[in-house]
Amino acid sequence: MRTTWTFPKVASIVGAVILAVIWLVPLLWALDTSLKPEPETTLSPITWLPQAPTTEAYRSVVEQGDLIRWFMNSSVVSILVTALTLVVSVLAAYGFSRTSFPGRRVLFGLIIAGILVPPQVLIVPLFQEMTGLGLVDTYWGIVLPQVVAPVMVFVLKKFFDGISRDYEDAARVDGATRWRIVWSVMVPMSRPILVAVGIFTFIGAWNNFLWPFIVTTDPSMMTIPVGLANVQGSYGLRYAQIMASAVLGGLPLLIVYALFQRHVVRGVGDAGIKG
Amino acid sequence: MTVQTPPRVTPGTPATAAKPETGKPWKERWAGLFFVAPFLLLFAVFLAWPTVYGLWNSFFNTSLAGVKQEFLGLQNWREMFNDPAVWSSLKNTLVFTAMSTPPLVIIALVMALLANRRGVLGWLLRFSYFAPFVLPATVVTLIWVWIYQPGFGLVNGLLTAGGFAEIDWLNTDNRAMLAVVITTVWWTVGFNFLLYLAALQGIPAQVYEAADIDGANGRQKLFRITLPLLSRTTGLIVVLQLVASLKIFDQIYLMTNGGPNYATRPIIQYIYQNGFTNYRIGYASAISYMFFAIIVIVAVLQFKLFAGRKEADA
Repeated sequence: MRTTWTFPKVASIVGAVILAVIWLVPLLWALDTSLKPEPETTLSPITWLPQAPTTEAYRSVVEQGDLIRWFMNSSVVSILVTALTLVVSVLAAYGFSRTSFPGRRVLFGLIIAGILVPPQVLIVPLFQEMTGLGLVDTYWGIVLPQVVAPVMVFVLKKFFDGISRDYEDAARVDGATRWRIVWSVMVPMSRPILVAVGIFTFIGAWNNFLWPFIVTTDPSMMTIPVGLANVQGSYGLRYAQIMASAVLGGLPLLIVYALFQRHVVRGVGDAGIKG
Repeated sequence: MTVQTPPRVTPGTPATAAKPETGKPWKERWAGLFFVAPFLLLFAVFLAWPTVYGLWNSFFNTSLAGVKQEFLGLQNWREMFNDPAVWSSLKNTLVFTAMSTPPLVIIALVMALLANRRGVLGWLLRFSYFAPFVLPATVVTLIWVWIYQPGFGLVNGLLTAGGFAEIDWLNTDNRAMLAVVITTVWWTVGFNFLLYLAALQGIPAQVYEAADIDGANGRQKLFRITLPLLSRTTGLIVVLQLVASLKIFDQIYLMTNGGPNYATRPIIQYIYQNGFTNYRIGYASAISYMFFAIIVIVAVLQFKLFAGRKEADA
């Protein structure tokens, strides 16, 4: 079959590419600025490509040290949030989908209602609670409130509801306990949605600003988004350094996304449309 | 969102356990609770309790130190309704929502229509449109504050190169909100784009093949088939977007700190200031609850609208 290049086809490709360029320019501009020597960043009229590219800005940012510390904090926090959210939500979704116990429907209704509570309205009482528990400026203080994701339980329960009970029955005949069934029947059968939920939880935890911003005051406990918020002040108006830290702060997730794009796109479909 | 009652004797009950439900041992009857317990515990401690505690606080004169509590009754609530700063920050939140939602829906739709193709070009388009969404708010705002700089920023550099006058984006009352909206559209449109893309890919190819046989042109296929089939998705996206936009805080706090002269300060920033700068926990809680009520009303209204539509579809 030959492609016929009609006007609408060409126009849609041109339009798509123009939009893509507009969407990429701010990212490229940040990268471009970060490679300029400091005096060149504030030239007017602006220069497009650095006349003498240098990694000086990156070196100074890394040497100041905080960024590496924040990077580690973000990694610890995001991995903990993702792992705990997955385990706790899978167990709860299985419980609500496959078992019956007194009060099950009321509890599930309560969790559905919890979807409506925006985390933003809880910052004040949660902070008081964290102060009481002594969890301010700790990893657990940052992590635990983020693990409560009623919407994940809802999405996973719906998914589990759609899995035929025959598989479980077969496993039971072979003597598997419910606990075994969760990990060796339900989890493998819902891999795509778990991968998608996991990626989105990870991105959400890595990027969360408001809660870590409130629960950390010690710079050594800050995550990347919170730490970077202070950067602009402390670097003064050294734009190459500011952009270098922005590039370093954004790069890990861009790489994760580039690697897992297929899962992300399919996951949004599974969770968003069918969910 | 129906909660199904499992039939009394479920097909899932093992073949060996033919015994009647009532005869189930204690362990079996409560086993399910064991699975939901870890989540329920966290839910109770970090969601349910703070929700109740916040409401309780709103009737007291609590400071962040929390030492002395004086019962105020509805005084915080009365003060809130007479506080012009509450109304102006609520107005800013609504203005932001009204300005950001239409482009965030329409541009997402256009992107999905354009990027719904296979191959390398499709991959590149999907990557470019969604990439900003994975960045942290701080990275986004660092980049855009730099882009909006007067003199040597990218936008003003382009404006002056094109012979136009510079705009002081972040320090002019009516430009600052526009600047935040542009940044937000760039940052978050990717999520709506993916929702639309998933819906587009769910439309069966036969529908278009049938239209081809009937001799429909591209334009007719777009307006008579694609867009009508996407209407349910559009409804979903509008709801999600309205609720997300009402929660605006990060970008504004980081780009303008609510300025100039509070012209962009959203309601969440006012809650934050009352709670963490002025240490007025009780008052901050009252405002939180008013905001919470607005979110719930929007969500419930939209849900009703949806439920109605779903029945009409069936």
